Amino acid sequence: MRIAWEEYPASASFDELIGPGGAPRPAATALIEFLSALGPEELATRQKAADVAIRGMGITFTVYHEEGGSIDRAWPLDIIPRVIALDEWRRIEAGLQQRAQALNMFIDDIYHEQRIVRDGVFPRSYLADSANFRSQCVGIHPPQHIWAHICGSDLVRGADGTVYVLEDNLRVPSGVSYMLENRQVVKRVFPEVFEAAGILPVDDYPSQLFDLLRALAPAGVDQPEVVVLTPGIYNSAYFEHSYLAHQMGCELAEGRDLVVGDDDIVYMRTIVGWQRVDVIYRRVDDLFLDPEVFRSDSTLGVRGLMRAWRAGNVALANAPGAGVADDKLVYTFVPAMIRYYLDQDAILPNVPSFLCADGQQCEHVLANLATLVVKPANESGGYGMLMGPKSTEGERKQFAELIRHNPRNYIAQPVISLSTTPTLVEGGIEPRHLDLRPFILSGRDVQVTTGGLTRVAMRKGSLVVNSSQGGGSKDTWIVDTSADNAFARS
Amino acid sequence: MLSRVADNLYWMARYLERTENLARLVDVSAGLMLDLPQRLSPGWQPLIKITGNESLYAEHERDYGEKSVVKFIVANGKNPGSMLTSIARAREIARTVRDILPREVWEQINELYLYVGEHAAEASARRTRYGFLGRVTTATHALTGMFEGIFNEGDALSFLTLGRNIERADMTSRIVDVRAAAMMTGPSAAELGPFETVLWMGVLRSLSGYQMYRLKTRERVYGAGVVRFLLADEQFPRACVCCLRRAEEVLHRLPNSEPLLRRVSRMRRAIHHTRFESLQQGELHEFIDRLQVSLARTNDELARIYFIGHSAPLADIAPIMAYQNQGQNQNKQISA
Repeated sequence: MRIAWEEYPASASFDELIGPGGAPRPAATALIEFLSALGPEELATRQKAADVAIRGMGITFTVYHEEGGSIDRAWPLDIIPRVIALDEWRRIEAGLQQRAQALNMFIDDIYHEQRIVRDGVFPRSYLADSANFRSQCVGIHPPQHIWAHICGSDLVRGADGTVYVLEDNLRVPSGVSYMLENRQVVKRVFPEVFEAAGILPVDDYPSQLFDLLRALAPAGVDQPEVVVLTPGIYNSAYFEHSYLAHQMGCELAEGRDLVVGDDDIVYMRTIVGWQRVDVIYRRVDDLFLDPEVFRSDSTLGVRGLMRAWRAGNVALANAPGAGVADDKLVYTFVPAMIRYYLDQDAILPNVPSFLCADGQQCEHVLANLATLVVKPANESGGYGMLMGPKSTEGERKQFAELIRHNPRNYIAQPVISLSTTPTLVEGGIEPRHLDLRPFILSGRDVQVTTGGLTRVAMRKGSLVVNSSQGGGSKDTWIVDTSADNAFARS
Repeated sequence: MLSRVADNLYWMARYLERTENLARLVDVSAGLMLDLPQRLSPGWQPLIKITGNESLYAEHERDYGEKSVVKFIVANGKNPGSMLTSIARAREIARTVRDILPREVWEQINELYLYVGEHAAEASARRTRYGFLGRVTTATHALTGMFEGIFNEGDALSFLTLGRNIERADMTSRIVDVRAAAMMTGPSAAELGPFETVLWMGVLRSLSGYQMYRLKTRERVYGAGVVRFLLADEQFPRACVCCLRRAEEVLHRLPNSEPLLRRVSRMRRAIHHTRFESLQQGELHEFIDRLQVSLARTNDELARIYFIGHSAPLADIAPIMAYQNQGQNQNKQISA
């Protein structure tokens, strides 16, 4: 039996694979054809095979529960890929490179001369109230002036097809391992599609990351010792920390494995004694990084790490303090930063945003809570938000109070009707909303992953894609339709 | 290699080996029970003795029947020595060190863990037991093969090999101790008659040693011969001496291992020079007791030198680093 695409419901949202009138979009034509030929039963069988593969490969993420502690769950993957045409992707890629460049210049500026503040582009008061500004980082010169070496930016597509940047994650963004693993699994279950080529590979990331990290080593170190620093097995992204250490062939260390000596050098405890560590890809938040400087009760960090970093004896990626730009209020200034530092127009637009910190805009937000999305400036994972159209009177009241109490901490945006894509659900294929998180590596040059991690809201009509809240994921295909490859044209 | 990682690998190997040994033990005990007349049967109680945790068992179970014993050893998550606990711990550790495990190894451990968790009940029913335990043994053999076949020689493999062989020597010595005691204090030789051979064959089989014994010794199966084979044989991989020799080979490659090497080779020589034919039952038990104490000390010494020993103050950095270079030179000499 073939899949009846004509029954695939059209909606007001933009669909990534199926165009208006039910015809597949050009880059997705061959995929849709392939899926149709498989038929619904075979598709369900392949989904089962993918689920078994994921369980067997132990691709997991950890969720916390009030009772029962943390639970290791199988990673949810929907096998129908999300497709982006290569020419569109090139433009997105350029937009992300531009953005990462401007963000790094902003952070470096903020911890030094603060020209952007002096020139009146970024208000001083916003900086003073920033939860992620670290005064301990002022005046420090990280190698190559890069602070956010790894950035994960979330992209969404609106009803008219415009791709917006929703947020930039500059602290310890996660998800890249799932992007890589999704591809492994989908290659296992759809081998015949990959034979026909046209889908760009994704697996170069770990070596790019490793090269970037090695290049950060203090001067004079030929064979730098690079380690990944993890908070440990109970962290929700432990799988990824372990995965990246494995792929890069470096040690996966916990805070208790490392020590900073009186010489301000970092050592790790090994079976042959203490060994010097030169570069740390840290997946521990700033505030837990060094009990000597930040939270004194942290057991995840390394006492003295900031001393070693300041002395230039160890490189940290991302640099402490990089999160100052990972703030939804700072986010609203990114297009202005691009203009200020690079003298360019932003290639990728922001979602239009209202700053509650601005009196006039705040009044507008308070008057329109029922139609807006309100977001706290410093939360991640989709927590602490108000979805206006779905909120109750009580919730709106509560948020109005929160906003009045601390306007600096909130921004508001119109609801973007996220684009959809065909997704396997109980009883067939239905549209589900999704976003995309590409990863941007900033070193001597700026590299963007080919595609990124597509996250999909598995509940009908839901816009929440976070895996901690029931979201799923998809393999993301960047498809070359222009080149003469059989798959895209067949 | 990080001390914490070495520690983890060592214990992962021990738990995996324990999983396999328990599967083997239950399987062969079940077979043995069927071969012996009721009045001569050692019953299931010795299995609890071999695997330890006798008082825990007594707290939870009322009899030493087949069902209760097998369930306790295979499927009881509260028994720290059960198969389920062992594979769950091995898997939990594998999760923490999976960055250095080849993917296939992690997948195999993960699948074995899922399999034992879902099918452990099959060990209680006679009809399904053989298939279940066989699959567990095969899966652990596959893992041992992977360590040999796709793992770089180096520190990681060294600690895995140490863990496996120390656990193995420990289990072999326990089995010999408990079975030999049961046989020598149980029914007299006259009563046992032809069944004595059957019993000793069972002991060999629980360690997959029957065929190897026949091939190696070319003599009939008898008590002292089996004890000597299982403790002192140089070539049977589950014999204590063979396990200790393999541990020694690995220790030669590790730095700072001199005290460990001395201890292990002392153990090995002691077994080698013992005349098992002339040992009385009590003497054998004492001998094995000393062996077990020495194995436990080896374990502690390993921890002191490699796993936690480096928590010395940083003033010690210079000498330790110097020593490390020595260690590397030493390695070169040995491999050269």
